[in-house]
Amino acid sequence: MSIKTFRIGGIHPEENKLTHEVETQMAALPKQAIFPLSQHIGAPAIPVVQKGDKVKVGTLIAGAGSFVSAPIYSSVSGTVLKIDSAIDATGYRNPAIYINVEGDDWEDSIDRSDKLETVKDHPELTPDLIVNLIKDAGVVGMGGACFPTFIKLTPPPTSKAECVIINAVECEPYITADYRLMMEKADEILVGLQLLMIAAKVTKGYIGIETNKPKAISLLTKKCTEAFSASDYEVEVVPLKQRYPQGGEKQLVDAVIRRQVPAPPAIPVNVGAIVQNVGTAYAVYEAVMKHKPLFERYTTVTGKRLAHPGNFLVRMGTPMKNLIEACGGMPEGENKLLAGGPMMGKALTSDEVPICKGTNSVTILSDDDARRKEPQPCIRCAKCVNACPMGLEPYLLAKVSEVKNWERAEHEDITSCIECGSCQFTCPAHRPLLDNIRLGKSTVMGIIRNRNAKK
Amino acid sequence: MSYILIAVIVLGAIGLIAALVLFAASKKFAVYEDPRIAQVSELLPGANCGGCGFAGCGGMADALVKGADAGSIDGLSCPVGGAAVMGQVADLLGMAIANGEPKVAVVRCNGTCEHRPKIAEYVGLRTCAAIHACGAGETACGYGCLGCGDCVEACQFDAIRINTETGIVEVDEEKCVACGACTKACPRNIIELRKKGPKGRRVYVSCVNRDKGAVSMKACKSSCIGCGKCAKECPFGAITIGNNCSYIAPEKCRLCRKCLVVCPTHAIVSVNFPVPKPIERKEETV
Repeated sequence: MSIKTFRIGGIHPEENKLTHEVETQMAALPKQAIFPLSQHIGAPAIPVVQKGDKVKVGTLIAGAGSFVSAPIYSSVSGTVLKIDSAIDATGYRNPAIYINVEGDDWEDSIDRSDKLETVKDHPELTPDLIVNLIKDAGVVGMGGACFPTFIKLTPPPTSKAECVIINAVECEPYITADYRLMMEKADEILVGLQLLMIAAKVTKGYIGIETNKPKAISLLTKKCTEAFSASDYEVEVVPLKQRYPQGGEKQLVDAVIRRQVPAPPAIPVNVGAIVQNVGTAYAVYEAVMKHKPLFERYTTVTGKRLAHPGNFLVRMGTPMKNLIEACGGMPEGENKLLAGGPMMGKALTSDEVPICKGTNSVTILSDDDARRKEPQPCIRCAKCVNACPMGLEPYLLAKVSEVKNWERAEHEDITSCIECGSCQFTCPAHRPLLDNIRLGKSTVMGIIRNRNAKK
Repeated sequence: MSYILIAVIVLGAIGLIAALVLFAASKKFAVYEDPRIAQVSELLPGANCGGCGFAGCGGMADALVKGADAGSIDGLSCPVGGAAVMGQVADLLGMAIANGEPKVAVVRCNGTCEHRPKIAEYVGLRTCAAIHACGAGETACGYGCLGCGDCVEACQFDAIRINTETGIVEVDEEKCVACGACTKACPRNIIELRKKGPKGRRVYVSCVNRDKGAVSMKACKSSCIGCGKCAKECPFGAITIGNNCSYIAPEKCRLCRKCLVVCPTHAIVSVNFPVPKPIERKEETV
């Protein structure tokens, strides 16, 4: 049987997984931690601390701002310096809490032992309880989108979840944080998956991993057999052919269970799947079993010119600068600093930006890699059409966005674009396709929102 | 012979019947259109720029005539034609001129290359909207002019151009008709339609940076730091400070220019004053 993958489009960029076999290190505590209040999709969190307050590791510092939001916990112990603005991954200054670090004093409620807690030891865990624990711990999608996890676990009554798919694809070049997490915390991830399955009231689970991670596939397959063979749960590790953007929810659902998610506003649960990142599964384990809210994450710091690229277990709020220093400092010459990988990452103009819930990688592209080539006229070769994993026509979407024909853009399904950048990557004329489409998409979505609001 | 006659008679009869039907229909289904709408349309410039708030000059003419019937054309104003055209329209409709003062687009950014150093290089689609979506841009100021000319493209009157020396856009007052297209095109809402002022004289704060003083100063030497000196100095209470930025209300400003003297960052700008007032600047540090 051939190896599974999604059916439409896709590309295969150079992998550059420089840090695959670099073991995860604990990142040093920063002197000052910065917590942007908007680290997730939805309303910004609302601060519950004031200047001068003492906090411990794991103290709530900002509560959820509305239903679609997530609380933020301190990752350090110390004193709140101020609630001010800080440059975050949007490239703009937004409200943030500054904490001066003093020592490393944890909240007593957090279980810091390494003992593996299994679901069998905790019969009290009902689906509602798990969802509430996840919600209170501020767990959001750790793959980068940062959508609050508890909302995904409580699908609308019109749809019914049939399975949980763990996204361990890591199709983005350079990033290895999820891979290291799988190699180092496999047992915890499987307990996390089981918790997610209990919460979603399903018994079927999948773990999708690309075949460039054979060790992770064999390790997780072995652990799955050990953990689930004697239980009601059926979990399958699905090896997937390397193809970007397989880590996109809709692509992963197609690859693993051969179902296609319809155009927005449909979400994967409409076809019965709940997709969670492998990092989220680990965060769920820690939140539910160890009472540890989300304040730490695995992050890759990478770049061809970095002296010692590596994987870090880093406290959120640590400025990127600290991690780059730990890897040997910013390389000489022209560099492009990205929060995330080279395909989906966000270019930054400051290395003071803190690591947030969604920062799976800090990537530094140097010299030629950092620079785009001069755009040439479109020759209608349709490479972008073949590459688009959503079956769209990128050249057309880019053009109608450029000439501001929003009606046509909506008609051509611009809102289905997942902004993966496959079109721009594959364009032989180096046209700024995604730049145009992204602008068009945000405008059209604004128009649709206004229209719906009027109804 | 008779064939020709028959043809003529038949065709003539059909023509006559059709004419009668058409005549009856035109009477029965006639839609009355106020002849003044066409007359007003004639007077309007016909640029269809949308500056009045309607889709084109036709919509504006319709609204003007309806307004006249309802007794008031207040609030309707053609920014392109200005007072002259509105005067003619008002005469035609027998209304009093309900026109505001002429306005002009003002670019509120002082962030020239000299004042606002570049900290990064942007590579990609060179439109203001695209850069704005990516972050603060090539400088550290997340509020200032991006200098890619989205407003230049939006202007139908060729009244805005990019000054290549300063890197920010400039409005040609002679050509600007205050249609407001540029204010909508600017992703950062820097451009404001302000009262043109007597002899074109205006005083305004040329900065919209809402960061705290220390942060905005770091990004741009000529930014408003919201220190409030101008507000204290203003004898007419025209200046308010909000979000770390000062704003001069055009309707209250009496153009005394006292605020200019006290502004420590030269963020307040005056234009079209005859001779630059010999200003004795108090040397102050911020």
